[in-house]
Amino acid sequence: MSVNNKQPHVPQTTGHVWDGDLQEYNNPLPNWWLIAFYMTVVFAIVYWFMYPAWPIGRTHTKGLMMITYTNNQGVTKTVHWNTRALLMEETNEAVAAQKPYYDKIASTPFENIAKDPELNSFVLSAGKALFSDNCAPCHQQGGAGKMGLAPNLTDDDWLWGGHYKEIQQTITNGRHGYMPPFGSVLSDTQMTQLADYILSFEKIPVDPASAQAGNALFHSETAACYYCHGADAKGRVAHGSANLTDGIWLWANVPGGKTVADKESAIKKVITGGLNKGVMPNWGERLSAEQIKLLTVYEHDLGGGQ
Amino acid sequence: MEDNTLDSIPLYEKRIPIVPRTVHGKFRNFKTGVLVLAYSVFFLLPWLRWHRENGIPQAVVFDVMGRRFYIFDLIIYPQNVFWLALLLFIAATFLFFATTLIGRAFCGYFCFQTLWTDTFMFVEKWVQGERPARLKLIKQPWNAEKILKLGATHFIWLLISFWTALTFVLYFGYAPDLVHRFFIGQANSTAYFTVLALTLSTYAAAGFMREQICAYICPYGRFQSVMYEPATLAIAYDYHRGEGKEGRVPMKGDLKSLETRHAQGHGDCIDCGICVQVCPAGIDIRDGLQYRCISCGLCIDGCNEVMSSVGFPRGLIRYDSEYNIESGSPKPPHLSWKRLKVLGYLVVLIGMSTLLVVSVLHQTDMVDSVQQIRQPLFVEMSNGEIRNRYEVRLTNESDADAVYQISTPDLPAGALDLGVMQTVRVHSGESILVDVGVSLEPDQIAKHHKFNFVIKSLTNPKDDVEVIPSNFSSELSAS
Repeated sequence: MSVNNKQPHVPQTTGHVWDGDLQEYNNPLPNWWLIAFYMTVVFAIVYWFMYPAWPIGRTHTKGLMMITYTNNQGVTKTVHWNTRALLMEETNEAVAAQKPYYDKIASTPFENIAKDPELNSFVLSAGKALFSDNCAPCHQQGGAGKMGLAPNLTDDDWLWGGHYKEIQQTITNGRHGYMPPFGSVLSDTQMTQLADYILSFEKIPVDPASAQAGNALFHSETAACYYCHGADAKGRVAHGSANLTDGIWLWANVPGGKTVADKESAIKKVITGGLNKGVMPNWGERLSAEQIKLLTVYEHDLGGGQ
Repeated sequence: MEDNTLDSIPLYEKRIPIVPRTVHGKFRNFKTGVLVLAYSVFFLLPWLRWHRENGIPQAVVFDVMGRRFYIFDLIIYPQNVFWLALLLFIAATFLFFATTLIGRAFCGYFCFQTLWTDTFMFVEKWVQGERPARLKLIKQPWNAEKILKLGATHFIWLLISFWTALTFVLYFGYAPDLVHRFFIGQANSTAYFTVLALTLSTYAAAGFMREQICAYICPYGRFQSVMYEPATLAIAYDYHRGEGKEGRVPMKGDLKSLETRHAQGHGDCIDCGICVQVCPAGIDIRDGLQYRCISCGLCIDGCNEVMSSVGFPRGLIRYDSEYNIESGSPKPPHLSWKRLKVLGYLVVLIGMSTLLVVSVLHQTDMVDSVQQIRQPLFVEMSNGEIRNRYEVRLTNESDADAVYQISTPDLPAGALDLGVMQTVRVHSGESILVDVGVSLEPDQIAKHHKFNFVIKSLTNPKDDVEVIPSNFSSELSAS
């Protein structure tokens, strides 16, 4: 020990000399650094024994740590520590954290959910996640819908009704839209007349005489369109038949048609072949009643509802 | 020639314990003053009560779970995180500014490593006695006295470390309740872990590692050299005066008066070694400025004491600039602030501090944002109108519930659709999402593609009315 407290300062070298004068300093590691390094080594060895670590053939060492979790069926299990069980545990915690909100949603009438800022805020966040997981594959992100696949949920046109109860019914039991094919019943001219009649609602310049004939045909027993679409052509919610008088289209790509003829042929294609593809699966078996209720409020919010 | 081959070099460098001597003087007093002040604030602040409508009634508390920090009457939310960034910028710039002017003032007087090491050294001195007694104790074989004295020292160190750690934790909860729960075993496991980790690290850092933290771990200690300039006031040994032509020499024989020393070419330094003995970093300041020097000023006090006692002028070691000392005929040291670097730091410092103060003073109790929903960007309604939707986030940072109203005065009546929520009640400290729709007829869009949301608080009239510009999108604007 130096009486003067002064630390030694003699630069040491590794003893190698290159080109006569080029040397390499050999500054030894401080003690604390070395101890810290050995501690990390010890930590690693302890870790091998505690957690899954070494692969052995097709399996691996399981470690001494155990983890207890509850699986989907509500069975509590204790197994060797693994990240899957950890995820399950953490998912359960998250579900438990959401439970007060879901309980409140289950016990609150639809209208009051939307009026409660906090509950509605939860609906917007949780609904977005549920919607993205379950609904967005067809209805697209944000419910924008896709021509020829799934209706736009953000507009005010509701095929099967936009009241809370109707939306809840739609999600729980699913829907199946059907329109019979008229290709063998109607002539090409008749179908053009029907298309012109429908397009005339949108102020699209079509031949008035043809539209007039279409009007007659629409309400005749030959085509009997009015039977499903209603005498005013505004559709029937009970049938899921489309409102033909607004500018919103799902199966006939009228907005995509550049000329009147394009638009006509888009409608004629639907009349010819009919529809048997407006299928929405039922979610009553896959989602809980509270989740469906939450999604109902979320979708009602999206389109402004009815 | 020393044997420098690998075989002779130990695997690690052995630390020579530093046993500093007690010193008196203005720097020691200043350091003690800073220590008392800093400890008073740190240890007592968590116990200061503060009246609040909602929230923890503690003057300074960082409620991590509740996601808000209370600092007296200021409540900081996660969205104010840029204040923290600004504060860190300011702290860093202030450090650079101070270092350029007066060297590592932070290290020597204010750094917690320095403060706690100092405290631990006080304990050492109090239990084991002055430096000679401590050196004797280290050398003497293990006996009852040594065990008792070292044991008592370490016991007190551990107590201080523990109380330091516990006090730190008290900043994150309601102190009386937390202390109570801590000792009956009911506190959060994070609290126990933090206290354990901080107790051990304080004990190790201030008891054992001490100056090694500054030399090996602290990055600031190492990059400070780029901030020094020749004009920087640093703790310096006046080597022209101290060494003379023939070097320093002890006071012996006829070398006892300045006249005879100067006549024989010797300097004023009597090589008593006090400056080295008082140094907590274990360096010799007479070797010049070095990275281990934490600029604590104790060697100045030590040297001045000796100079006074032998009747030589004080100030052989002093705050002075390299520039002045090297000139050979030094003028009185002065703070040279008229430098581009100093002024540059100062301008940045004032600018950022003003920004922070203005931002804190202009904090309103309501924080809102409006985001246009982009999926879908717009939708055509059955009556031909185009609708856009917006997600409005309302955050109430006041300590009472508030009712907000959203409006769009620029738009035609009826364009804004608030649904069933005409006004929105937000609880204190909560954040709420509201979806609103705006519907315009196609011929109105061109006029209104830019408009403002106006959000005002109906309950707190002192809150500013917030005007948030927004866009209306349609097929026209998309193409």
